[in-house]
Amino acid sequence: MTPTTTVPLVRVAGVTKRFGRLTVLDDVSLEVETGEVVVLIGPSGAGKSTLLRTLNQLEAIDSGAIYVAGELVGYEMVNGTLLHRTKEDITRQRRRIGMVFQQFNLFQHMTALQNVIHAPIKVKRIKSADAKKAGLELLDRVGLADRADHYPSELSGGQQQRVAIARALAMEPEILLFDEPTSALDPELVDEVLRVMRQISEQGQTMMIVTHEMNFAREVADRVVFMADSRIQEIGTPDEIFSTNPNARLRAFLGAVGVKR
Amino acid sequence: MQSTLQPEIDISTARHRHRPSQWVASVLVLAIAALIIWTFATNKNVDWGVIMKYLTFPSILDGLWTTIWLTVAAMAIGIVGGVVLASCRLSPNVLLKGAADVYVWFFRGTPLLVQLIFWYNIAIFIPRVEIGIPFTNVTFFSASTNDVVSPLGAALLGLALNEAAYMCEVVRGGLLSVSSGQSEAAQSLGLSGRQTFTQIVLPQAMRAIVPPTGNQVIGMLKGTSLVSVMAVYDLFYSAQAIYTTNGKVIPLLIVACIWYLIITSILYLFQSRLERRFARGIVRPPAKRKSNRQASSRTTVGLEGAAR
Repeated sequence: MTPTTTVPLVRVAGVTKRFGRLTVLDDVSLEVETGEVVVLIGPSGAGKSTLLRTLNQLEAIDSGAIYVAGELVGYEMVNGTLLHRTKEDITRQRRRIGMVFQQFNLFQHMTALQNVIHAPIKVKRIKSADAKKAGLELLDRVGLADRADHYPSELSGGQQQRVAIARALAMEPEILLFDEPTSALDPELVDEVLRVMRQISEQGQTMMIVTHEMNFAREVADRVVFMADSRIQEIGTPDEIFSTNPNARLRAFLGAVGVKR
Repeated sequence: MQSTLQPEIDISTARHRHRPSQWVASVLVLAIAALIIWTFATNKNVDWGVIMKYLTFPSILDGLWTTIWLTVAAMAIGIVGGVVLASCRLSPNVLLKGAADVYVWFFRGTPLLVQLIFWYNIAIFIPRVEIGIPFTNVTFFSASTNDVVSPLGAALLGLALNEAAYMCEVVRGGLLSVSSGQSEAAQSLGLSGRQTFTQIVLPQAMRAIVPPTGNQVIGMLKGTSLVSVMAVYDLFYSAQAIYTTNGKVIPLLIVACIWYLIITSILYLFQSRLERRFARGIVRPPAKRKSNRQASSRTTVGLEGAAR
């Protein structure tokens, strides 16, 4: 038996995903350890976002397998037959994975605080008063304690995204996925979001981040994954990827986004 | 150049120009209004004594009550049916979707009056209602259709089934107006499919569902007058019954119209409150900057309602 400590938190094994005739993930394999911060970079259309979305089953995969905490995602073996998991089971699996979206996707009919405490109350069955207390602390952590009673429409993009991060953190996810969290923001609002993400990464939260903020990637990543043409092209430390790796595709991409060696 | 030399001009004191066409239009409207009022005031057929007498006449109030509960019951069934049909039409299950498509196609494609007369004569089509095991002789329950489906039941059935088809489209439009990112966020937080629908998608869809539903309720209130062809004593048929015996056609039609107007006015107020309730997060009532938009959206709804 393999001791559980050696099981990676996320294991993506030979995953292929197609949209019609278009292959968006082509035999992708990747492992993420607990506490690790993995940043995915690459040209748009490379499959970075799709890879994140397959982890919490917002996209179904066509072949291969994904494991989170050693558990097969979306399927289970029952008496020697591989079956789709039940809806309840899929919901349970999603709870351990938090997600922050490019478009924030805050619930528009709820205040910032209600957004943060809704899932803890309805899913984790935490008492409303306790959830409120924890929710306010989380909003304080992202610097928005004074905006608790504001609706998303009354917040700037950067503030909305920080609420969205607090909302994801409220479920205490084992892994937190960020799908281009700053791409929809005005340039002057990007830093406030990156600051919060940096702070979370310092607290040992396992994170997978798709981003075009190369300086940020270089700074917070334990490992950087370069994707292009639906495949993982290179995996390495920030130094390897940004400085020493000779891969021509990678160098061309980094040159195009203005990264100097 | 000029403007920089004349800083003392402040456009906040500017006045609107009066255009002659506006004067003409105003005079025309006033003239028409005066003509209508004069016609009603001097017309011998508009007997206000008779109108006041029949406004609270027992059979009229009974009819009013029938109209109200028929509206409420048919709308309630129609809304529930509409939600079910809408979720079927949005379902990935091809059979469910197909069945709902055909339902909506049929009930929207045939006149309500024809449907009502069909339900009224359902006993000709299906003489006996039996509950048992299909294709066998086992029967648990059997009765004449006329005993089971009264004219009032047929009226309710006809109105509700027709309404469900329209409410389906209203609900479906509302659900589609909520971005898919909302349910993705809910799912990734671990909310179940049902929770995602009832707690996240539906409350936001309500903003798009309430105004057209208000129109549907008002349409239904007036649509119930069609059941007079089934000899159901609703408000209109009760008025008809009186004027066929005493010949006071116009006063009794006015009596019916007054009651219809009173109820639609109450519904209108109720709808405005509902709309404010579901506008949470989009339009905040105390915020003045949004009041323009709110007012204009309500005007639109009012006009649509009136046009029906």
